[in-house]
Amino acid sequence: MTHPSEEQLIAYRYGDVSETQERAAIDRHLASCDACRTSYEALQRVLAAVEAAPVPERDASYGSRVWQRISPQLDQRERLDWRAWLVPRRWVAVGAMAALVFAAFLAGRFWPRPTQQESAGPIPVQVRERILLVAVGDHLDHAQMVLAELVNAGATETLTKGGVDISFEQQRAQDLVEANRLYRQTATRTGDSTLVNVLDELERVLVEIAHSPAQLSSAQLNEIQQRIEARGILFKVRVIGSQVREREKSAGQIAPRGRS
Amino acid sequence: MDGSDAERVAQALAGDRDAFRVLVERHSRSIFRLAYRMTGNEHDAEEVVQETFLKAYRRLSRFESRSNFGTWLYRIGVNCSLDLMRKRRPDSERRDSDAPEGSEAVRELPSPDPAPDRLLLSAELGRQVAKALGALSPTERAAFLLRHFEGQSIEEIGQALGLRASATKNSVFRAVQKLRLALEPFVQVKPNVAASRAPSPNQ
Ligand SMILES: [Zn+2]
Repeated sequence: MTHPSEEQLIAYRYGDVSETQERAAIDRHLASCDACRTSYEALQRVLAAVEAAPVPERDASYGSRVWQRISPQLDQRERLDWRAWLVPRRWVAVGAMAALVFAAFLAGRFWPRPTQQESAGPIPVQVRERILLVAVGDHLDHAQMVLAELVNAGATETLTKGGVDISFEQQRAQDLVEANRLYRQTATRTGDSTLVNVLDELERVLVEIAHSPAQLSSAQLNEIQQRIEARGILFKVRVIGSQVREREKSAGQIAPRGRS
Repeated sequence: MDGSDAERVAQALAGDRDAFRVLVERHSRSIFRLAYRMTGNEHDAEEVVQETFLKAYRRLSRFESRSNFGTWLYRIGVNCSLDLMRKRRPDSERRDSDAPEGSEAVRELPSPDPAPDRLLLSAELGRQVAKALGALSPTERAAFLLRHFEGQSIEEIGQALGLRASATKNSVFRAVQKLRLALEPFVQVKPNVAASRAPSPNQ
């Protein structure tokens, strides 16, 4: 046989040469051709060096430490995500209702009657702001999860023959659209232009997801993933989400007395 | 603790947290090794390990019991690593203010500085290997690590990375080719052997 190509030798090394005939031919060639054998041995040495490169050791108790760090988060995530996946409808209803209530509240149209202990005066601006921030923060978390799931879809799931089923993500996107619209309108009213811009962009992405077919081919999925990535929307949502959380914290500190 | 991974998964799905703890304890170290080779640093690798198990827990109901749990976990681990690397990519604004200033410099191409006649210390070789791995594209690195260290098949890797078999094969090939180009000068038995040039495919 002619000298095998580098590609063939690499495939041979990993047992990825499909035909036994081809394998046998390479076997024979390596036994008889010095140049190829030398080249193959060099390849083996390179791979051995890669293998020998040190990786920091983790002792036997490492797994327990990992568990200690993640186990408190499992409950949170479970509430936030897992059950949401199992009962998407209920999760959605809560999200959309909350958004409606907050938007109405901020528009001054609806608020439960103050209890006896509280003064009947107008709700301090800071309290309003804090409530809005908490709600928007949650909303952005949910949106971020949907986008992240979608960006990773297909990569972590077994691709079925036809492609990927994104009906979960779609349903959630659909419901987030409603909430998103309300928050955007509210943010417009309060003049928070950075938030408005991100929510605006997020809305377009969510609508796009909601309107795409539930069963995507790998190519279609790829396209959506690329569009999400090209806009950097996931990143923007993360950034504005953490900013909102920061503001939420500082709003919480001054809220009780209503001083600015 | 015994009981197969599949049994533990079933118990965890039934609400037994302890069963999932066993899985975490069983697989943390190997996921760490994978994550370290993917990200090139311990801090990121630790983050990937945690994220991998959190994600696995959330997706546990999507795990198919007839497949291998370890393989499934590696798949998630590789994708968590890719996510993290994407996050660290210089073309998007940096998210973490604690990331070192020039952290993207890690991705620079290896400088062609073979010094073949000098005896290389293993620490130096280790650095060169890290550099060469760091110069691969994330997909190439992922494909190579899964093939070489985890012994996953081309088909399994393709599923993990969302690539067709031909593209997967090609990623492994390109990865090995690049590693060879970068590292062969350092592992030469004799510095001036003529065979450092590959023979032409046609005799
Ligand atoms: Zn030959």
